[in-house]
Amino acid sequence: MDVLYSSRPLWAVLVSMIAAFLILATGEKNRNIRESWTIMAALAKFLIVFSMVPVILQGKVIEYTIVTFYPGLLLQFRIDAFGMLFGVIASSLWIATSFYSIGYVRGLNEHAQTRYFFAFAMCLSSTIGIAFSANLLTFLVFYEILTIATYPLVIHKESKEGIMGGRKYLAYTLTAGCVLLFAIGMIYYMTGTLDFKAGGFMAGSGSSTVLIMLFAMLIFGFGVKAGIMPMHEWLPTAMVAPTPVSALLHAVAVVKAGVFGCLRVILYVFGPGLLHDLGIWLIMAYIASFTIVVAGFLALGQDHLKRRLAFSTINNLAMIVLGAALLTKSSMTGGIIHMANHAFMKITLFFCAGAIHVKMHKDYVSQLDGLGRQMPLTMGAFAIGAIGLSGIPPMSGFISKWFLCLGALEANQIIFLFVFMTSAMLDVAFFFPIIYNSFFKKPMDDVAPHFDEAPMFMVIPLVITALLSIVFGIVPDAFFRFFSLTSLAVQNIMGVG
Amino acid sequence: MADQFAALIIVVPLIASLFVPVFGWWKKKLCYPWVVAVLVIPLISSLSVLNTVMTTGKFSYRLGGWAPPWGIEYMLDHLSAFVLVIVSSISLIVAIYSKKSVEDNLPEKTVPFYTLFLLLVTGLMGIVITGDVFNLFVFLEISALSCYALIAIGEEGAPMATFNYIIIGTIGACFYLLGIGYLYIATGSLNMADLANILPDLYHSKVILVAFAFFTVGLAIKAGLFPLHTWLPDAYCTAPSAVSALIAPLMTKVAAYVMIRLMFTVFQPNFSVNMVPVMPILGWLSVMAIFWGGIKALAQTDLKRMLVYVVVAEVGYIVIGVSVANRMGLTGAILHIMNDAVMMACLFLVVGAILYKTGTREIHQLRHLNKKMPFTMAAFTITALSMCGIPPACGFFSKWYLILGTIEAGQWVWAAALLCSSLINAVLFFRVIECAYLKPMEPAYALNGGETKHEEIQRDEAPLTMLVPIVIMAAGVILLGIFSGKIISSVIQFAVPASF
Repeated sequence: MDVLYSSRPLWAVLVSMIAAFLILATGEKNRNIRESWTIMAALAKFLIVFSMVPVILQGKVIEYTIVTFYPGLLLQFRIDAFGMLFGVIASSLWIATSFYSIGYVRGLNEHAQTRYFFAFAMCLSSTIGIAFSANLLTFLVFYEILTIATYPLVIHKESKEGIMGGRKYLAYTLTAGCVLLFAIGMIYYMTGTLDFKAGGFMAGSGSSTVLIMLFAMLIFGFGVKAGIMPMHEWLPTAMVAPTPVSALLHAVAVVKAGVFGCLRVILYVFGPGLLHDLGIWLIMAYIASFTIVVAGFLALGQDHLKRRLAFSTINNLAMIVLGAALLTKSSMTGGIIHMANHAFMKITLFFCAGAIHVKMHKDYVSQLDGLGRQMPLTMGAFAIGAIGLSGIPPMSGFISKWFLCLGALEANQIIFLFVFMTSAMLDVAFFFPIIYNSFFKKPMDDVAPHFDEAPMFMVIPLVITALLSIVFGIVPDAFFRFFSLTSLAVQNIMGVG
Repeated sequence: MADQFAALIIVVPLIASLFVPVFGWWKKKLCYPWVVAVLVIPLISSLSVLNTVMTTGKFSYRLGGWAPPWGIEYMLDHLSAFVLVIVSSISLIVAIYSKKSVEDNLPEKTVPFYTLFLLLVTGLMGIVITGDVFNLFVFLEISALSCYALIAIGEEGAPMATFNYIIIGTIGACFYLLGIGYLYIATGSLNMADLANILPDLYHSKVILVAFAFFTVGLAIKAGLFPLHTWLPDAYCTAPSAVSALIAPLMTKVAAYVMIRLMFTVFQPNFSVNMVPVMPILGWLSVMAIFWGGIKALAQTDLKRMLVYVVVAEVGYIVIGVSVANRMGLTGAILHIMNDAVMMACLFLVVGAILYKTGTREIHQLRHLNKKMPFTMAAFTITALSMCGIPPACGFFSKWYLILGTIEAGQWVWAAALLCSSLINAVLFFRVIECAYLKPMEPAYALNGGETKHEEIQRDEAPLTMLVPIVIMAAGVILLGIFSGKIISSVIQFAVPASF
């Protein structure tokens, strides 16, 4: 494989870190200048990341070594198709979220806005670091930075609830970090390397008991952020954070970093071949299926809109993991492309929830009757996202569901087909009442009968992401080349394994 | 030329300490600039020594020109030069910091304070630089005696704490002295290099075994290793801020250095690891130290007392790295000597600054401190994250190597202890961060339109002489983490015995 040495990965990570400190230095007094740093960094980051896509699509990888500690132990960026996909998702959605955030925090006149934007920029920096990591150690370093950078956002409200949510978040993620540290140390000791390799590098490095234990530890470590049950508890609690945080971090960056980690472990550390030999792929698949179904049922019972979305997130993340765990070509394609599709649809839904919160101060599903008349754009976008997540064409959710179901058949495991079907049913069951209530029920008293939308800073981003999820359903390879990147990644993995 | 630098490291602060009373008698205000100016010289010298060692390898300096087995020799290799840089830089930083703290706490005792301060620094650097086991004892006593006196001028309760420390510390020193005596009886030599040559033939001798046991116990007391740490919390906690900030990072680390020196230079690694069962004992004691220190720290409401127990736990980290007795573990231990020294210095400096500004050390009284002292609290937060092992702060990297070491040695419980300790640290420090940064728990957050009341809190930052050292240390925590690879590849890997 051709390697291109370039410092662009480093700049992609650094640009938002530099912006974070500029934000801190600018402070509360010059809000417009401060916000312009965020916007500029978001645009610059996206351009840097996107400029590397053509190189990746030629089948090359881009490499940059930060520092070497010992042979085989180094901090290094290496961008392959899979990392690129995640990088493009996170950096493109940061632009939308930046505009949205400005509308949100100003609309609510939030306190500690500087801290908010600072932490947000740090989060993005580490997310891109995770996407571009060449090995487990680099991954862990950025993963831990992400954990800490998210904390100020979770506790942003500084209410009792927020502080408790923050504590829970730290308890889960820091424990996971410790387990990961140990597992990664073990892997280094056993193999002398930590580099991700398409198709895995662990084969033959130890007894199957040790390998299974290591696999369990790694999946636990990354699964916590990915919200795999029973390690999901922190995610609904963390919904106390401001909505843009929930939107970008708890639907895209942080939880996707966990899923990304799981997929890296399954496909790039252990590899399909080894997992087949060990026979743990099936256990993994069952755990993910359990999460899918139970999260779906739990979502039904939530009246708080954001909590319902949180459980839907858990449900969808487990679907991605299940796709990878089935280890077939189509299921992997479905899982990986769902990372992108879910990101666009779910961020739309969270944006809508935030817009409703800012405009109407409503947080509960039961309060949304007739809201479609007052906020048609918001609720329309919500409907698009919800229909998409239920896997109905022509939204992009259909594409991923299709491949996932094909994968279940390819793996000769008809039961997982039913899991995907059940999940789609549940999606319909917990999303459609919202659509129905907001458009067809008699408006509640406080709903204005005429057009009165949330600030445009918020509405435009959510309309754009909603439209994009339709576009990706019709042309999956549009603009960001998600489909090409996905097939390239799958090709790399299957080519070896 | 570099030879002379080696002598300067000891001679300059020793002689300068005698001039402090002279300056003090003439004008009290001169003590501070004099001490700061004097301490720059050991720093420059030790940097130059480190540079020489890195370019030309280790060398020795004969004091007064006497030939080694009889005369005193200074031994400068990667390990000692590295620790010298740590000791000299931290003592300079603390000296700069001490101005306001001394003016505030000890206006009457400025002159004795600075005299003793320089003597303590001399002692610590002497311990590190010397290549003679008896000379090491002399420096150990210089540092210990000046340390007793410095602690005793602290707050209420300090005399009692010092008394405990004197008794236990003296017992420790006695053990060490007896060990030297036994070695001298058996070999007739006190020079480390000479001993290293003679000893291998005598390894089966009971005298040598007893000597080794005495060394281990003596140094465990000096390092404050559980269960011989009982003197440490009270002594470190009641000492004046500037003193705690000097001894908490350095005293225990220097004792750990001597442990590494004796076990792997004077005795051969083969003897210390394979012929006596000391490593597992030390390792398990460290595990207990980590848990005991952590649990006791959790129980404290006083920030400084909490940190003191964290020191007890941190000693466990270093000793675990020594006791796994492999390259990764010892790399981690030596790296952690540096990292922990910097982190502890930063934390104790912060506590001193908070005490100076607010007059309290109670954790729950630290509310709104992020508004009053934003830079101090930022430094505290960075260091706290480092203590929890969050990259890219330096604490992550020493933890990483220590864990690799325990994995290589197959000591799973030790690895688990290290991991648990980071979690305990997370609880400890996030409790403080929550108190300082977040508003007191309010029943409801005003949802509609930011009507939450902000009390007007004036910024009231620590004076510059305090703030600058704190910020330097906090920057050090990050930079040492980022450049840890460089430090390991250029210094530490040569400090680990070649046989590992």
